[in-house]
Amino acid sequence: MRYLWFLLLLLPLGLAPFPFYLTLLNFFALSAMVALSLYVLTGLAGMTSFAQAAFMGMGAYATALLAVKAGLSPWVGLLAGLALSLLLALVLGALTVRLKGHFLPLSTIAWQVALYILAGNLVGLTGGHTGLTDLPPLVLFGLPVDTGFRYALFTLFLLVLLVLALYNLRESRLGRALLAMRGDALAAASFGVDPARLRLMAFLLSGAIAGLAGFLYAHFLRFVNPTPFSLEASIKYLVMAVAGGVGSIPGVMLGAAFFTGLEDWLKDLLPLLLGRQGNYETIGYGLILALILILAPKGLWPMVERYLPSRDPGLPKAEPLPLKSPKGPRGEVVLGVQGLQKSFGGLMAVAGVSFDLRRGEILALIGPNGAGKTTLFNLITGTLVPDGGKVFLFGREVTGLPPHRVHLLGLGRTFQHPHLFPELTVLENAALGTFARTRAGFPQVLLGLHRREEERALATAYGALRRVGLESLALERAERLAVGQQRLLEIARLLASGAEVLLLDEPAAGLRAREKRELAHLLRSLAREGYTILIVDHDMDLIMGLADRVVVMNYGQKIAEGTPREVQRNPLVRAAYLGEEEAA
Amino acid sequence: MDATILGFLLLDGLQNGVVYGLLALSLVLVFAVTRVIFVPIGELLMFAPLSLVWLLSGKLPGTLWLALVLGGAWALLARGRGAALPLLGGMGLLLVFFLALRFPPLAYPAVVLLVVYLGVASYRVFFQPMREATVLAFLIMAVGLHVAYQGLGLVFFGPEQFRPEPLLRGDAVVGLSWQGVLVLLFAVGSVLGLYLFFRRSLFGKALLAAAENRLGARLSGIPPQEAGMVAFGIASLLAALSGLLLAPLINAAYFMGFMLGLKGFVAAILGGLASYPVAFLGALAVGFFESFTSFYASAYKEALVFLLLVPALFYQSFRVRAVEE
Repeated sequence: MRYLWFLLLLLPLGLAPFPFYLTLLNFFALSAMVALSLYVLTGLAGMTSFAQAAFMGMGAYATALLAVKAGLSPWVGLLAGLALSLLLALVLGALTVRLKGHFLPLSTIAWQVALYILAGNLVGLTGGHTGLTDLPPLVLFGLPVDTGFRYALFTLFLLVLLVLALYNLRESRLGRALLAMRGDALAAASFGVDPARLRLMAFLLSGAIAGLAGFLYAHFLRFVNPTPFSLEASIKYLVMAVAGGVGSIPGVMLGAAFFTGLEDWLKDLLPLLLGRQGNYETIGYGLILALILILAPKGLWPMVERYLPSRDPGLPKAEPLPLKSPKGPRGEVVLGVQGLQKSFGGLMAVAGVSFDLRRGEILALIGPNGAGKTTLFNLITGTLVPDGGKVFLFGREVTGLPPHRVHLLGLGRTFQHPHLFPELTVLENAALGTFARTRAGFPQVLLGLHRREEERALATAYGALRRVGLESLALERAERLAVGQQRLLEIARLLASGAEVLLLDEPAAGLRAREKRELAHLLRSLAREGYTILIVDHDMDLIMGLADRVVVMNYGQKIAEGTPREVQRNPLVRAAYLGEEEAA
Repeated sequence: MDATILGFLLLDGLQNGVVYGLLALSLVLVFAVTRVIFVPIGELLMFAPLSLVWLLSGKLPGTLWLALVLGGAWALLARGRGAALPLLGGMGLLLVFFLALRFPPLAYPAVVLLVVYLGVASYRVFFQPMREATVLAFLIMAVGLHVAYQGLGLVFFGPEQFRPEPLLRGDAVVGLSWQGVLVLLFAVGSVLGLYLFFRRSLFGKALLAAAENRLGARLSGIPPQEAGMVAFGIASLLAALSGLLLAPLINAAYFMGFMLGLKGFVAAILGGLASYPVAFLGALAVGFFESFTSFYASAYKEALVFLLLVPALFYQSFRVRAVEE
C-alpha cells in the first residue's frame, strides 16, 4: 500500500511541458518535507516548533557558504547543514525537553526570530538581505540536476523515501513510545521509556529533516536570502501540517499540497484585491488556521480517510521474544521497603513503612481511603521521590531512581485509573510493554531494519493478550474496551514487559463478579509460575481469598502484617475499618 | 563608557523594561486563567496608537471594522442574553468613534475601548470555542492570530512608522522625557492597581481562584469563560495604555508590537510563566540587558535579548523532575 507513494514520481512526467507547474511541484516536495518534520514533532511526539524555517536556513546557508565562499562540493555542504541543524536542535532541545510542553515552542519562536535577524545583519558572512547568489547545481552521477524537471524527480524521490522511513517509525517501538509519551508520559516511563531522551531524539530528527529541506531549497533556487527562513515561513509550515492533519502522514502531505497551491493563488489575488504589494497571504494563513482549529481540530485528512477502504494489518505470527521466565528460589526477598516516608506539605502521606515482598507470593496492601497506598506505590516505582527510607529491588537499592530505570530492573505496575492509549489498538497497547526488551534505535527503525524484532514484539504482546483472554479484541482500538477489559489489558502489557514483580493498583475496581473470579484465577496461576505480586484493592472478599499475606496501612503507617486470618482478627485493623462500632 | 552614558542606558532600559513588565504580567495572568499564551498582545498594543493617529487625522481606522466583525461573530456565538454585551459594546464603540471625530480628546478613550473590545472578542470568538484544548493547540491558535492581525495591521495602516504627539512635552532630566516619566508612573500605578485588585477585591480573588483550579472555581460559582474574558480584558487594557504611552517615544508601526510582546515573553518565561514578581523583575532585566547590548552591538540587540532565555530555561529545567502527568 505505502509503496503507492512512488506514484508521485509520475507527476513531473505529466507536468514536464509546464515549467511553472514543475516549480510548484518542487515547492510542494520541499514544503511536504518540512511538514513531515512537524509530523514527527507534533503528530508523534506531541511537541511543536515555530523554528522549522530556521532549521531550513541552517541547511541552506551552510551549503551556500561552503559552496560560494570555499568552493566546496554541495555534498560537503549537505553534511555541514545537517550537522548545524542537529546542533541547533540539540541546544534548543536539551534546554527544554524536561519542561512543560509550551516552553519548547516559545523558545523556538525566540530563536527563530533571533536567527533571522542574524542572517539579515551579519552582512559580511551571509550577504545580509541580498543574500548569496550563484550556488552550483547539484550533480548526481555526473548528471547536473539543474532543470525543474530533473529537480522535481530528485526531490520527490527523496520525499517518498522520507515518507516510507516515517511509516517505519510509526510502526515501531519508537513510534509507539512517542505516541504513548504524548498521551501519558508517566505510563510510558513505567515501561522503560525515558521521556526527556525520546523527546530530544524526536526534536533532532525533526530538525535534521527540515535542514535537508533547506539544503534542497538552496540548490533549487541556487540563491539564498533570509526571507524564506522567517517566522512567517515557519508558521506557514505549521499551518500546512495542522490543516491537513498533523496526526498522520497522508494528512501532512495533503496539507502541503493544498497550501502550496493556495499560497500561489493568494499571492496573486490579495495584492490585486487590496491594491498594494505586501505579504498579505499571512492573513489568510492565520484565519484558515483559526477556522481549522475550531471546526476540525484533527485537520482535513480524517474527513477524506473515512471514505477510503481500511486495511486489516492481520495478527502477528512470528516467534515471540524469548520470555525470561521468573527464576530464583521461591521465598527470597525480591522487593524490600525500609522506613519509607513522604509528606505533602504538612500531611504525612507515608510515615515510615517497611515490608518485604518474597518471590512467588501475593502480598495485599490494604487500608481505608487516604491511607497512603497509592503514594507508597508511587514511591516504590520511582514516580515520587521519598523524603526518607530505602527501596531495594533484587537486592539493589533503587531509591529515587526515575520510573524508567526502575522498570528496567524488572518491576512493572498498573494504575488505579487505567493508563491506556485510546487511539492505539489493543495489540499496540500491549506491545508498548516490550519497549524495554527491544533494541532498535532511530537509525535502524528509519531504514526499516527493525522489522523482525517488531514482529516478535507484536507476537509477544499477542501472547500476553491470549494469556488474559483479550486476543479476540487485539485489533480493536483500546477506546472500545470496557473497564474490566482495560484492567486486563494493563496486566497483559505488564506480562509483555517481562517484569517479574507486578504492582497492581486496584485491578478489581469496576469488575463484575465473574471477572473478579477470572482475575483471581489469573493472578494465582502467575504466582505459581514465579511472578511476585503486590496488590492494592478494596474488595475484601477478593483479597482475603487471594493473598498469601496482607499489610494493612492507616494514616500513612503500617498497623498490621500477617496472613489474611491473622489480620482479620487484629483489633487495630478492625478499629481502622469499622471505626466507631469497635469503640462502642 | 562614562557616568552620563551609563545613566542614559539605565533610564532607557528602565523605561522599556517597565513596559515589557506590564506585558509579562498580562501574559502570566492570561496564561494562568485560560492556558492561552497570548501571542497577539503585541499587535493589540500597536493597534492603540495607530488607531489614534488615524482618528486624530479624521479617518476611521480599519481596526474599528475588525472589532465590529469580531463583535458580530461573538454575538452570534453567544446568542440569547449573552449577545447583549457584544451588541451594546459594538454600538457604543461606533458611537464613541463618531463623537471622537468631532471632539479629538475623546480619541484616547475611544481607542482604549476599541482594543479592549477587540481583545475580549478575540477570546470569545477564537479561544473559547476550543474549550478544553491542549496548551499546544491554544498556542498554535495564538500564533495564527498573531500573523493574521499583523497582516491586517499592514492592510489598515500601511508599512510607515508614525509618531503620535506626546501627552507631555520636554525633558524631566537629561535622558528622560516627561513622557518617559509618565510611562514609569503608569507602570507603578498598574502594578499597584493589579495588586489591590487581586488581593482586596472579591472579583480579583475569584479570578485567582479560577486560575488555580478551574473545576473548583466552577463548582463555587465562578464561570470560567467570564474569568477568561476578564483576564483578556485586563491584558488588552494594559497593552492599549502601554502602547499609547510608549508610541511617542519609540514610534508606532504595524510590525513593531510583536518584538515588544516577545520580550514580555522572555520575561514571563524567566518567571516560569507562573510568578508575577519574578516576571516583572525579569522584564526589567530584559530592558537593561537590551539597552546595554544596543550600546555595544546595536544591529544585534533584538537577537541578543533571546540569549537571556538560555539561563532561564536552564534554571527551570533543573527545578522540575523529568516525568509529569
